[in-house]
Amino acid sequence: MRPMKKNGVRIDDSFAEAFPMRGTAILITAPNRRWARQAATTMTGFATSVIGCGAEAGIDCERVGKDTPDGRPGVRVLMFAMSSDTLQTQLVNRAGQCVLTSPGSACFADLDGPDRLPIGDQLRYFGDGWQISKKFGDRHFWRIPVMDGEFLCEATTGLTKKAVGGGNLLLMGATPGTTMRAAELAVSAMNGVEGVILPFPGGIVRSGSKVGSKYKAMLASTNDAYCPTLRGAVPTKLDEDIGCVLEIVIDGLTEDAVAEAMRAGLAAIVKLGPEHGAVRVGAGNYGGKLGPFHFHLKDLLP
Amino acid sequence: MKPLVFTLKQEPGQRLDLAPLVPHLLDGKSVKDIAALELQTTREKVTTGDIFKIRTGSVDSIRFEGGSTHLDNIGLGVKAGEVVVEGDCGKAPGRAMSGGNLVVNGDCGPFAGSAMSGGRLEIAGDAGDFLGGPLEGEMEGMTGGLLIVRGNAGARAGDRLRRGTMVIEGSAGDYPGSRMIAGTLIVLKECGILPGYLMRRGTIVLANPPELAPTFADCGEHDLAFAKVFSNLLRPESRAAARLLVRPLIRFAGDMAALGKGEIFLPA
Repeated sequence: MRPMKKNGVRIDDSFAEAFPMRGTAILITAPNRRWARQAATTMTGFATSVIGCGAEAGIDCERVGKDTPDGRPGVRVLMFAMSSDTLQTQLVNRAGQCVLTSPGSACFADLDGPDRLPIGDQLRYFGDGWQISKKFGDRHFWRIPVMDGEFLCEATTGLTKKAVGGGNLLLMGATPGTTMRAAELAVSAMNGVEGVILPFPGGIVRSGSKVGSKYKAMLASTNDAYCPTLRGAVPTKLDEDIGCVLEIVIDGLTEDAVAEAMRAGLAAIVKLGPEHGAVRVGAGNYGGKLGPFHFHLKDLLP
Repeated sequence: MKPLVFTLKQEPGQRLDLAPLVPHLLDGKSVKDIAALELQTTREKVTTGDIFKIRTGSVDSIRFEGGSTHLDNIGLGVKAGEVVVEGDCGKAPGRAMSGGNLVVNGDCGPFAGSAMSGGRLEIAGDAGDFLGGPLEGEMEGMTGGLLIVRGNAGARAGDRLRRGTMVIEGSAGDYPGSRMIAGTLIVLKECGILPGYLMRRGTIVLANPPELAPTFADCGEHDLAFAKVFSNLLRPESRAAARLLVRPLIRFAGDMAALGKGEIFLPA
């Protein structure tokens, strides 16, 4: 069967297999963009994969002052975990260590819904009795005195059980240089989609894994079928013109958001073409038996 | 949705208790049933039909055409729906309401919004004493919702306020926010002596403050995110209150004669 081709880029007849996750969103504001970004970046550090980090987190988008509750610049942060309990622990730990501590910050709920995760309801105890509860309509805030004034934190934020984690694209190119170029363009296109994050460094992961290992203690190990240096030594999935593979992983608050991000990424990769970018695009799956969400590349092509 | 309209025939000769004329009690009643409801507070029996001309409509939207300072307890315990009074009311309009919207396009007597726990009460004219306050023997005044007075309020507005937001766009009498437990009280014009007298917690914002009691401790001028948030949330209801809250504010902690975890904000 001849592979699908779009603008010279080969598209695998494959699909990304994704999993249900618990997701939440908060909005961090600060006196200026720099410090809003700083708090958000710190909070979403070391949050690439639930395997080792407890949660997957990232920056969704930035908001200007007129679109935030306190009129200051803000950054929307999304967090994902496999269970509500883990997400709760991670949210409070990260908000407490990274946002509460960041100068001038305030923290607001940014996801509606009946299921709630406490933030301010937990962090308020830092106030040692001087914390102040403020309610307006159905919104509830905590004011916690800190050394630069007050940390304002919404009592709870929304929790969605319909989040999707593990959408992905595998970009295969001739050299690391061209593959990286395609990946960077895809990432910047996908960052424009609201409701998704790309949790890995700069949105890109170079160490894709397979399930299992020859070592008993390891649950996952390097995906040798996609390692270009092993192309001749193992049952490889790579063609002879491929010298580098990079993966983009996507977590989203909804299935649609993940599909939309993959669509945007594919469009950017195809537009760049094989000469200066990726020669082939694939997607990672486990045969379709583990994850309920299947994102077929052929359905998402531009 | 056509409202249920009560048009006042003439000034009643005695104080009337209008507590039965609320959406959740009138639901399912015919105009004839409603006309037979008794409203008197003296031995002289008076029915709704004697006092009002009734025009049928949805009970979720009740309208009083014409008011009187003899009409007490309008909108008592309203849970949902809208009640509008085109005129004055007597004591305690909107007492113990927990939801819905009550608008008084006139003045009202004491205890307006007394112990309300939710919903919205707007008084276009002036309010009497003990705005939102508890009745004798009760421990708490207003415990939720939004109460707006476009005119002036009497003495001890927000007495024993526990939760919710109270905005007085005019002036307040003496002791506004007395014995406050928590919640928010905003006064946009003058206010009488000793604001926040014996308050435990809660927030009072005064645009034109009198001299504060010595039991309020100056905590300095601050630019607080919470004031900006409240400003944004209040803007649709009171632009003047929203403007006051974005100004730099000086915080006074008190009343140190009580718990001392409350605060009064004054413009810097």
